[in-house]
Amino acid sequence: MLRMGRMGLLAGLVLGTAPAHAFIAYVSNEKSNTVSVIDTDSWTVTKTIKVGQRPRGIDFTRDGKFVMVAVGDDDTIQMIDAKTQTVVDSLPSGPDPELFAQDAAGKILYVANENDNTVTVIDLEKRTRLGDIQVGVEPEGMTISPDGKTLINTSETTNMAHFIDTSSRQIVANVLVDARPRFAEFKHDSSEVWISSEIGGTVSVIDPKKHEVIGKVTFEIPGLRKEAIQPVGIGMTKDDKTAFVALGPANRIAVVDVATRKVTKYLLVGQRVWHMAFTPDEKYLLTTNGVSNDVSVIDVAAQKVIKTIQVGELPWGITIAP
Amino acid sequence: MIRWLAGLIGFGLAATSALAAEPALIGVGYLGVAASRSTLSLVEQPAENDGLAGARLAIEDNNTTGKFLDQRFALEERRIKEGEDPVQAATALAEKNGFIIADLPADALLKVADALRDRGTLLFNAGATDERLREADCRANVIHTAPTRAMLADALGQYLVWKKWSRWLLVVGSHDQDKLFADALRRTAARFGAKIVQERNFEDKGGARRTDSGVTLIQRQMPVFTQAAPAYDVLVAADESEVFGAYLPYRTWDPRPVAGSAGLVPRSWDAAQDQWGAIQMQNRFMKLNSRRMTALDMQAWTAARMIGEATSRTNSGDVKKVTDFIKGPDFSVAAFKGTRLTLRDWNLQLRQPILLVDGRMVVSVSPQEGFLHQVSELDTLGYDRPESKCKLK
Repeated sequence: MLRMGRMGLLAGLVLGTAPAHAFIAYVSNEKSNTVSVIDTDSWTVTKTIKVGQRPRGIDFTRDGKFVMVAVGDDDTIQMIDAKTQTVVDSLPSGPDPELFAQDAAGKILYVANENDNTVTVIDLEKRTRLGDIQVGVEPEGMTISPDGKTLINTSETTNMAHFIDTSSRQIVANVLVDARPRFAEFKHDSSEVWISSEIGGTVSVIDPKKHEVIGKVTFEIPGLRKEAIQPVGIGMTKDDKTAFVALGPANRIAVVDVATRKVTKYLLVGQRVWHMAFTPDEKYLLTTNGVSNDVSVIDVAAQKVIKTIQVGELPWGITIAP
Repeated sequence: MIRWLAGLIGFGLAATSALAAEPALIGVGYLGVAASRSTLSLVEQPAENDGLAGARLAIEDNNTTGKFLDQRFALEERRIKEGEDPVQAATALAEKNGFIIADLPADALLKVADALRDRGTLLFNAGATDERLREADCRANVIHTAPTRAMLADALGQYLVWKKWSRWLLVVGSHDQDKLFADALRRTAARFGAKIVQERNFEDKGGARRTDSGVTLIQRQMPVFTQAAPAYDVLVAADESEVFGAYLPYRTWDPRPVAGSAGLVPRSWDAAQDQWGAIQMQNRFMKLNSRRMTALDMQAWTAARMIGEATSRTNSGDVKKVTDFIKGPDFSVAAFKGTRLTLRDWNLQLRQPILLVDGRMVVSVSPQEGFLHQVSELDTLGYDRPESKCKLK
């Protein structure tokens, strides 16, 4: 008991006196078949981990012990041990997994399988497959509502967001959005879910109770053609005030005021920006820039790009240790 | 345990439970010609269901989406033999199908379009690349998913000019369609500042495409045919008829690359295209048809997907409603080419990037960087609005 207390005190001291909290970011490099490990204190790549073929979707397990990375061309999800930073296991996902979502407890994983129009359900503890849910053509974006009751899957050619009841595992609603929906993100207060449409060039705001599109975020960048604006990844601050939207080949991150759904600023990052992750203290936002093979670091408060870090070829997904 | 089982059963039921009312049935016809085209390369020999296979996949894709919207798509196929009346076949198809995807020669397509005009049937030209179908002979009831020869030539020309291969030796076949492609290439050269240093004609004297000692003979003929040319960077071949083009690469007198109908070829689609999520579609196509996907397959897929896109956006299977939406300003379709595809409202031609392929790989995709346009960079390919002679009616 006493020892525990001392440990806690010590930990508090260390955290309190450190100049900046060092976090660890993991970046999947789609072409290199590697995962780059970035230290957010020194902003350098500290390790490059060899993984399977075509790594894209990447996320920490809730306990922070493993990094899961979908290696689509190997038809599996690999587990990287966060301590040893090596691949230690794999999960029985369906064919060509790309993005996935886990429930709040970190026990069940839902995987979008682009090749066979299904979402695969996996027991994370036993690492076994529980079943499949039939969805639209080319399932991609995956997210779970903060209360854990609703799973959202987007299908790229069907152009829908499928609302799936996580207890019955049945589709309860299908909401049509603009072309090629790629990513879904809930507001932390559960009142809205934002869906990016890569080819449609918009973000649809959906009321998850009424299952209706209640608004759209549109983008306009002087000197850039509409076709070049292709929204993909979305990040939202914990206070639900500001959203960041990656605009793909427009090479920019749009800063969006969540209340008015208007863009307040465009931040120039690297080429073909895909996805993003906040540091847990929300001081920084890291984005993966596919074509320029780097990661941009955005100072969230200042809304400025402060750094660029070279990673592997075609960086795609990113996750940061909790 | 029982709850658990119920959950598992639920997986299978999820899709069917969405079906409540009788689904709306949307009929799509496919009208093609039952003729086998002979190519120089055995590898390029088109399958019997070339084109149709693409439509079939899109109908499957539409039906996956349709089950969430109570829409059901059915494809009815018709192939006409030589001498058969295309109008009769099209009229029969139009009985049940409000939409017809056609892979017909230009004259037959025009006859069909005029015969079906009063019925309100919407036609999709998935096969014919003829400029005149979008220009003087354009029709308000025909949408073109096939690119035109000018679009293909411009896509190739932009790349050759970007590569600074701007001196072209143009070799033209003796058939009408070869000459039309040559016309398009000459226009491209003039537009983008390339120079045709010389033109040569390759006469089709008949003869078999498969012989037992073909290579020996070709190896003697092609260097001789291409010798004594003025200085040039690239040989551009116009040989849609498949008489000589594929014999040219590696056999020219001067060591020069070949482009056009052989070598580096402009196409709407290729089996090697794997960017922008295309790999999923290529896999789906392979699974369904046990072969790779061609440009004609893609043009038919796009046509059927345009129908599906419009029926889901309008939540209707009504032909008039769907047609108006497709022709309207809000329509676009995603087709694995990295950008949304839209219609040129002045002639109903689908704007699209064009791939440049070598038979194994996608070498580049046009429009090339730096070819600018005030409306859409895709309009740097082919005839633009101010040049158009089309009056839709």
